[in-house]
Amino acid sequence: MKKALSVVLAATMAASLAACGGSKPAETTAAAETTAAAETTAAETKAAETEAASGDGVAVEDLKVGFIFIGDENEGYTAAHYNGAKEMQKALGLTDDQMIIKWTIPEDETCYDAAVDLADQGCQIIFANSFGHEDYMKQAAEEFPDVEFCHATGYQAASSGLANMHNFFTSVYESRYVSGVVAGLKLNEMMAADSSVVPKIGYVGAFPYAEVISGYTSFFLGVRSVCPEAEMEVTYTNSWASFDLEKEAAEALIADGCVLISQHADTTGAPTACEAAGVPCVGYNISMIATAPNNALTSASINWGPYYTFAVESVVNGTEIPADWCQGYSEGADKITELNEAAVAEGTAEKVKEVEDAIKAGKLHVFDTATWTVGGKKPEDDAELMDKYKDYIFDGYFHESELASAPSFDIKIDGITDKTN
Amino acid sequence: MSKEPLVHISKREEMPLAKAVMVRLVAVLLSLIVCAFVIFILTKLNPVEVYKAIFDGAVGTSRRSWVTIRDSLILLCVAIGLTPAFKMRFWNIGAEGQILMGGCVTAAVMIYAGDSMPTPVMFAVMIAASIAAGLIWGLIPAVFKAVWNTNETLFTLMLNYVAMQIVTFCIVFWENPAGSNTVGIINSKTKIGWLPSLGGLTYGWNVVIVLLLTVGMFVYLKYSKQGYEIAVVGESENTARYVGISVKKVIMRTMAISGAICGLAGFILVSGSSHTISTSTAGGRGFTAIIVAWLSKFNTFTMILVSFFLVFMQKGALQIASQFKLNENASDVITGIILFFILGSEFFINYQLHFRKKSTKS
Repeated sequence: MKKALSVVLAATMAASLAACGGSKPAETTAAAETTAAAETTAAETKAAETEAASGDGVAVEDLKVGFIFIGDENEGYTAAHYNGAKEMQKALGLTDDQMIIKWTIPEDETCYDAAVDLADQGCQIIFANSFGHEDYMKQAAEEFPDVEFCHATGYQAASSGLANMHNFFTSVYESRYVSGVVAGLKLNEMMAADSSVVPKIGYVGAFPYAEVISGYTSFFLGVRSVCPEAEMEVTYTNSWASFDLEKEAAEALIADGCVLISQHADTTGAPTACEAAGVPCVGYNISMIATAPNNALTSASINWGPYYTFAVESVVNGTEIPADWCQGYSEGADKITELNEAAVAEGTAEKVKEVEDAIKAGKLHVFDTATWTVGGKKPEDDAELMDKYKDYIFDGYFHESELASAPSFDIKIDGITDKTN
Repeated sequence: MSKEPLVHISKREEMPLAKAVMVRLVAVLLSLIVCAFVIFILTKLNPVEVYKAIFDGAVGTSRRSWVTIRDSLILLCVAIGLTPAFKMRFWNIGAEGQILMGGCVTAAVMIYAGDSMPTPVMFAVMIAASIAAGLIWGLIPAVFKAVWNTNETLFTLMLNYVAMQIVTFCIVFWENPAGSNTVGIINSKTKIGWLPSLGGLTYGWNVVIVLLLTVGMFVYLKYSKQGYEIAVVGESENTARYVGISVKKVIMRTMAISGAICGLAGFILVSGSSHTISTSTAGGRGFTAIIVAWLSKFNTFTMILVSFFLVFMQKGALQIASQFKLNENASDVITGIILFFILGSEFFINYQLHFRKKSTKS
């Protein structure tokens, strides 16, 4: 009996495989040929088009926009992107059918599968929102030269030589600086109330590279601008979004004597730990007031709407999308979330307004070299450092996100202890 | 005590094949109906539309079909690797680590030996290295089990974490840019060390390798002397000893084979599919494959169906998430209900229920 069963199964399997192996190959090769053919003709027509086409673009009703998100609405970073996408949808009057979103796409070949699948579905422009998606977006961009691929937080578009590959980011260091000011004022209040308080801040970072280093340094400089004695301790979770790791990291920092916590990781793990321990905190992406009603001060956040609207409008108008795009406070791409009146120090709103106005007016530069030192020396006095960053440091400040959209400030400055390295 | 229970259960004579297949089909149909109710009650969506979307997401275009085939093959490969161990009642839950080790050395060869050897040699090296890495990772707990009778469940599980740490360690050297913890696509320009396409099929080699393994494992377990030894050791170690089988030798040999195949799965993953390495490269396949092996009752051909079904549902999940904003948990619910019914049907195939007859009351 069993033998019969296995024979039948084997036969069915063989048959079904033969079926797969028979029909699919034909299809794919055919498909491959047509795409290849289509590509060559497309390349030709594209060349022809670009001359005529600058004004052509795509009609709004024919538009299809694809999104590849690392998380879903339950995770702050992706929620912020989704809000930006919805802002774009509203601005252009797109229907829900024209927005195809792939949720919870990890940073592996699944991202490539998702990108080419969106292109297959007829999307003219595709966005991806996580750092590790970049290679896979590039791979897809090579395959579909007529589709625009826009990748947030990446750095390879300009050097990829692909006209349809783009990077975008915002000057989030500006909103981090402002959130740092809020934190610094809180520290001052705490020290005034209790002279034994040592102004040590804990910072829960994701990965030890430029994006995170630039973020915590700008936050720290914001703190120091109002509370010069402040020190900071940074620890990493090596994950963008892990509630447990972030909560544990925050708990460890609090146990280590940190009296205020901030984060560059995507969940509500750190604010949860802070609310339990009664320690004030500054979040990221979304307001943490719901999680820590008594302790969340504010959050540094990004408004992705301006870029999404700009990029999709470029497709509509047939205009070029730059390889790197970065805007900040003055264009409305960065902001801090609402101040928690129950937790912030007195006079915070006024000070925030003052700092924001200075940033918008271009009078305040976050990475002003007068405000930080490395190894006890001013940056300008350190020849080696100046040589390494000669393209970035001039006119008295580090020109963040000007050469490329992705953050590039990765200098470890005095006052910050990196617990991992 | 004299009262007969309301219902009692007895073992069935073997059920005719046609009837057994019917029972399973009915189980699947029933599960789909239950799922339909659940979907409707929870989401107010038309269940037929949801089923269509799942189908569309898994095999809707030729590209999607190939992605589904590619991922099923890897899952199948791991399940085949686990089969001899489980048949021997050796609880190898360390496939995850064995895959990672195989994948890690494959990535190492791709990165370091990129242009130093001709392609065929390079593939031979990658395959040999991945097999060796998986083999060692499978052999370690087997030796401890055979010699000191350690608990293999804990041992293999812990080795998963050791493998993850080794991968994390390697990523420190390979990551780009530094600190980002991502290796990115290896040799994305040159495609050195990528499994080439076969006869125009991108994943042709994946199909060939895994199908060879499927047939090979079937034959090995069913017709070879070693396969028989595995079955005997699995049934009863004492019997095995009594008939003169060296249990230690069988344990070590079988786990070496099991680990080697899982290591090879790591090679297929890295060289033939993802072209990168991270701690999530194995992605839980080592655990899902256990379900595949057990559901298939260690028949490697049934495993083709089961692994295809599981991957089918995963890929469908991406589509329903995209189309209806149902996140992957929705598809997990559906998969869970279907599996529950299929497993439940096995009970009715193997056992019979006898209800107390009314007349016995008097």
